[in-house]
Amino acid sequence: MTDFTRRTLVQGGTALGAASALTGSALLDWAKAWAQTAPWKPEKGAKLSMLRWKYFVQSEDDAFVKLIAAFTKATGVPVEISRESYEDVQPKASVAANTGTGPDLFWGLYSLPHLFPQKCMEVSDVADYLGKKYGGWVPSAVKYGHSGNKWICVPICYSGALMNYRIEASKKAGFSKFPDKLDAFLEYTKAMKAQGTPGGFALGHASGDANSWVHWCLWSNGGESVDANDKVTINSPETAKALEYAKALYGHMISGTAAWNDASNNKAFLAGEISWTNNGISIYVAAQNSAKQIAEDMDHAYFPVGVSGKPTELHLMYPILAMTYTKYPQACKALMAFMLEADNFNPWIQSAKGYLTHCLNAYDANPVWTADPKTTPFRDVAKRTRTAGGLGSVGEKAATAISDFVIVDMFANYCTGREDVKGSIAIAERQLKRIYR
Amino acid sequence: MAIALEQARVRAVPREVTAWDRLKTNRNWLAIWFMLPAAAFLILFLAYPLGLGVWLSFTDARLGRAGVFVAFENYEYLWEDSTFWLTVFNTLLYTTVASTIKFAVGLYLALLLNERLPFKAIIRAVVLIPFIVPTVLSAIAFWWLFDPQFSIISWSLRKMGLITENINFLGDVWNARWSVIFANIWRGVPFVAITLLAGLQTVSPSLYEAATIDGATPWQNFRYITYPLLTPIIAVVMTFSVLFTFTDFQLIWVMTRGGPVNATHLMATYSYQRAILGGQLGEGAAISTAMIPFLLFAILVSWFGLQRRKWQQGENND
Repeated sequence: MTDFTRRTLVQGGTALGAASALTGSALLDWAKAWAQTAPWKPEKGAKLSMLRWKYFVQSEDDAFVKLIAAFTKATGVPVEISRESYEDVQPKASVAANTGTGPDLFWGLYSLPHLFPQKCMEVSDVADYLGKKYGGWVPSAVKYGHSGNKWICVPICYSGALMNYRIEASKKAGFSKFPDKLDAFLEYTKAMKAQGTPGGFALGHASGDANSWVHWCLWSNGGESVDANDKVTINSPETAKALEYAKALYGHMISGTAAWNDASNNKAFLAGEISWTNNGISIYVAAQNSAKQIAEDMDHAYFPVGVSGKPTELHLMYPILAMTYTKYPQACKALMAFMLEADNFNPWIQSAKGYLTHCLNAYDANPVWTADPKTTPFRDVAKRTRTAGGLGSVGEKAATAISDFVIVDMFANYCTGREDVKGSIAIAERQLKRIYR
Repeated sequence: MAIALEQARVRAVPREVTAWDRLKTNRNWLAIWFMLPAAAFLILFLAYPLGLGVWLSFTDARLGRAGVFVAFENYEYLWEDSTFWLTVFNTLLYTTVASTIKFAVGLYLALLLNERLPFKAIIRAVVLIPFIVPTVLSAIAFWWLFDPQFSIISWSLRKMGLITENINFLGDVWNARWSVIFANIWRGVPFVAITLLAGLQTVSPSLYEAATIDGATPWQNFRYITYPLLTPIIAVVMTFSVLFTFTDFQLIWVMTRGGPVNATHLMATYSYQRAILGGQLGEGAAISTAMIPFLLFAILVSWFGLQRRKWQQGENND
């Protein structure tokens, strides 16, 4: 059955191929067999409800729905799925945690479980089972999943945000390969602006894109918001250097980026208004559907590496967590394990066409990463990423700093000229000190 | 014999009135019971959340766990927070500019619509449309109109050759402020206009006739007849308008999320970002509680400033 899946997908090359591979009694039989042998037997009469972020790629959602249907047929547990725009998952989950009622499972963003760790069910057994079976978790996933000594959530996948750029425009500017060092990247943006094909990074309150690039900019220049003991270290010459670098970049960007939200750079890139930005693979997927000449002319690249010589990227992680108020904890654990089993997970990330990256090492072999070479850079985002909070704890403090846009505002204040270097850093330092007190 | 029986009947002692009988017909007792449902509703949905919000502002509650009482710590922090004062400035600017212009344009529209016009009913209905359209929808439409890359305004002006580059409506600090103020005015004028129009129609035409006979100019008509008689209505409508503008959330959140660099953050949106997105309920509650003094001030100004005359309170002329 696994061979059938791969062959169809490589030949089909589109989500339709993936969809047809998932239906059929073969998957159902496997799922039933799994239900017999799985360590977690759902409670009798169990019913689950899950809130997940709204899909970025339609085919991924279709595959997900089929996965859930297979689980329901195998175990008899109906699962009700509701979807919210991913920035709204966190407020909804927070309210549910506060009131003690709501969906049983939340599949959300970043360090969502760390905003209310005591309300998350411990899932160390599920995480250990999956880690043993599939080659181990990547280090950042282990850090994200833990609160103290126990796993409070199961990392499902990462959503990588890498550089998206137009090939021809870059070649004309003198760059046949995307720059991989900070100085070269600054030259690149200067040349692209000079020839009329500028790019842009979001500086508005875009929880995905803005946080992704400002943290890269801060870390690659050697700055850190906190140290390993959660002491605030943002006020440093390295941070000032990062701010100067960002301001130089801002001068070569298209105007209006201070108002961008997460969708703005997608729209601008697909309309040909910008020729480089940071984003997940959703621009490429959308271009394949509606702007084929852009899809052929674009590619992805890692963020340039900074002073430490190691990658300093921040990629979105999507963990699934179960609330302690759920009436069916065994059913929740069974579903979590089911989602990450190879026969489910492999076809699912193939349908996502590179939008979701695995965090269990065995899934490096999934063919979606080699079928289209433009997708390959996304294979390693889980390994290249640092965790939210940088050196510090992954917990409610890091989550608060990110959702309150502390670093984003620091960069935006300086780039737009609202504050000088000292002022921007002072505001951010004060906010961080309050958050990490 | 019959007379004696009648007399006996007449002299019969009336039935004793019990306390319960008195209570049953007591108007105050009945009034309490009639008011109870409304009072319960108000207490549950207005007084309790307000009280809880003020209480939360004195704790360090976070989303997901209760907090401990910390007295004024949240307020002390906010006192020194430059972003908080920026939101206060933004809110005051937004409210004063938008309310003033809404009042001026609304009054002008009301005076126009009070005249004899063809198709008056249809025009009045059309004027009301911006207020009826759900705020989120009109905010999204304005968001597109003001998009830095895809604005139709920029596109038209470029095609006409008047400008060479797109106007950065929402990415520049002051442009963003004027853009959201404009959107708020567009949405709020109908409310002011229609309410003032209703007030205008209560002014007796005989007053205008008397004034015209005495040789009054249109301006004198307005200054000495229309405006004084309108002040109670103006007080009411401007109170509502200022209150709703001060606490505006939807328009700002959809258009700019408070950006760029917090230039359009109002106290309401900042409190939401801090409390729900950032998880710090105590601080967010403190920010929204900080709105109360300003709102109280607005109400007091409208009450004492515009409703002092005795005849406005229902008594005889002063």
